[in-house]
Amino acid sequence: MQENETVSKTSPACETCPAHNVGNLRQLGISMDNWDYVIALAGNPNTGKSTVFNALTGLRQHTGNWPGKTVSRAEGGYSYGDHRYKLIDLPGTYSLLSTSYDEEIARDFILFGQPDVTLIVVDATRLERNLNLVLQVLEITDRAVISLNLVDEATRHGLQVDERRLARDLGVPVVPTVARRGEGLDLLLQTVAEVATGRTVCRPHRIRSGSPAVQGAIDTLSAQIKTLYPALPNARWLAMRLLDGDQRVVQAIRSGEMQANVENGPQNEGQDLNINLGMAS
Amino acid sequence: MMEELSAVDILSTAERLRWNIGQDFHENLMEDIYADAARIAGRAVTRAGEKPRFDLDRSIDRIVTSRLWGFPVMILLFMLIFWITITGANIPSAFLSTLLLDTIYSILKEISAVIGLPWWLEGILLDGMYLATAWVIAVMLPPMAIFFPLFTLLEDFGYLPRVAFNLDNVFKKSGAHGKQALSMMMGFGCNAAGVISTRVIDSPRERLIAIITNNFALCNGRWPTQILIATIFIGGLVPAYLAGLASAMAVVGIAILGVLLTFLVSAGLSRSLLQGEVSTFSLELPPYRPPRFWQTIYTSLIDRTMYVLWRAIVFAMPAGAIIWLIANVTIDGTTLAEYMVNFLNPLGVLLGLNGIILVAYIVAIPANEIVIPTILMLTILLAGVDDLGAGAGVLFEANSLAATEAILKVGGWTVLTAVCLMLFSLVHNPCSTTIYTVYKETGSRKWTALTALLPLGMGLLLVFVVTQVWRLIEALI
Repeated sequence: MQENETVSKTSPACETCPAHNVGNLRQLGISMDNWDYVIALAGNPNTGKSTVFNALTGLRQHTGNWPGKTVSRAEGGYSYGDHRYKLIDLPGTYSLLSTSYDEEIARDFILFGQPDVTLIVVDATRLERNLNLVLQVLEITDRAVISLNLVDEATRHGLQVDERRLARDLGVPVVPTVARRGEGLDLLLQTVAEVATGRTVCRPHRIRSGSPAVQGAIDTLSAQIKTLYPALPNARWLAMRLLDGDQRVVQAIRSGEMQANVENGPQNEGQDLNINLGMAS
Repeated sequence: MMEELSAVDILSTAERLRWNIGQDFHENLMEDIYADAARIAGRAVTRAGEKPRFDLDRSIDRIVTSRLWGFPVMILLFMLIFWITITGANIPSAFLSTLLLDTIYSILKEISAVIGLPWWLEGILLDGMYLATAWVIAVMLPPMAIFFPLFTLLEDFGYLPRVAFNLDNVFKKSGAHGKQALSMMMGFGCNAAGVISTRVIDSPRERLIAIITNNFALCNGRWPTQILIATIFIGGLVPAYLAGLASAMAVVGIAILGVLLTFLVSAGLSRSLLQGEVSTFSLELPPYRPPRFWQTIYTSLIDRTMYVLWRAIVFAMPAGAIIWLIANVTIDGTTLAEYMVNFLNPLGVLLGLNGIILVAYIVAIPANEIVIPTILMLTILLAGVDDLGAGAGVLFEANSLAATEAILKVGGWTVLTAVCLMLFSLVHNPCSTTIYTVYKETGSRKWTALTALLPLGMGLLLVFVVTQVWRLIEALI
């Protein structure tokens, strides 16, 4: 009897520990008023972003084994521990440097939407190519978590990914997952929560720029950008875009759209991006 | 001294610095990113010996995307799916018909008699709305419940991008974007969804081509029509043991014709109204993944099958009421339906169809799913098939395929009617949901009108030519 009581005394501690309690996840579907944190979901096409999205929100975004299904932003919510999270499923992209429509949605949201955490879903079987996008995202934001997805497939292909080494090199937490079977999602949720609340601080890897001349140019320009837009989270990224001659960014600065974005978040809010072909009728 | 910094200053600073650092900034940046990614990945990943599964993937790809075997494998796979669907759907279909149209219908009639419903209310509720809905469920549910899970399994396995890969070259030759193969695949499920999925295409010109031609991908609402008519008329042309195969071939033939028309119209548009450059893109072939069998079955039943069925029911109920009304409201002793059918009949006969089919297509503009129920009901009414239905104005009680066949044959249907109906079902205006989606996506009335009217005109022309040639050959033999 006495022993039983001792045993039951330890259990409340475990109940409150999120890692041991799946019940802490409550899928909120599309009812997501009063969220505490905004989480952006980014990644290459066909790495399982929508599967992660569905698993966390309980929604049913169409998933399938082919790239390019998520064409606009989808939003959903979940609550975990004491906090409510709003999750934004961004279109899958290989890069944030070109100017196609889907890349622009993803880039604008990470840059101006200022999500509390950017959750990057990475295909463990194609790590090198996936890291190209990861490095670009880490240029924009300080707070990111990597979901190293499809590790079961990687194992089948005889690939072993050392997630600790990866986390150390990237400077952000890395959680191995098999999203379609729900494996690793508990730890993922907990890690996201820790980064969101600031208990885990990331020191993300920054791309090494080649020559001192380039480095100097980036420093000069980002100093000016910081003065003009103090609220902008990452002046360095914007400086690099300007040096690259990104007309979309140039135009956004000239028209004042940048100012509005920095203050209010991206202008293309809303679940259904009502895009128009701009054809004369 | 502090100088007020403006947006223009930043832009001019950037411009000046760009001159200093030279042309290669973008390439250098990309190289830096690639080098970093390669270094980090190299440190984190270890390979254990050979990777046999990659080779398996590659061997499968070598066959399904080969120039020689790609298309035959594609056609065989789809034929297999339709053969399973057609042969598998008969038994549950007959069961549902008996249950919904015999047993439950009689019970409802008795209840109505007991509580003393007025005859017109009983007519609208039971003979109109209930029977239309019950028929849609009995005929559409079984094939959908087989077809959608099979199709979803194929999608989950990773086959669809290979189809896109095979078709990419042809799309490019048509002056369209290779990604149009993907929106066409979506269109095979639902054209409205297919139109939305054209957002993956960046160039407005190529996106418009993809939107306008999406209707040629045979959608959910039209598969059951094709399967049913093929089963009755095409399957009936050959010995019984070949019937399933012949019907499957006919349905696949119609679907392939749709793909050919997509190419043809895309090529026509890109050489006339929508001229311009073809963009290039890269399509990633994802690894083959063993589908999660039960989960796929479950979600495709819940999401796709139930979604489509629900939509059909929602449209079938008011349509049933309307059909009952036009079949029972008379002016000078003739029903409204008879006026409409008689008015359209000369045109219908010229097209190899008949007045009833044309009326059915007008009634079915909101949803293609109810074409067949409307046709059957009007046929019973006008041909006076009393022994099959409960009488004029009542939808009917077709217990099985044989009864449906009997109704249609009494209605004067021939193989030519069946062929023309299948062709017209493929090539006619999209349903109203799709038309509205096109308007929302393009924001243009002109392109929306073209999307709706182009296939309608083509369809009318197609069945007219087929009919005239058919009759000419018949006259010569």
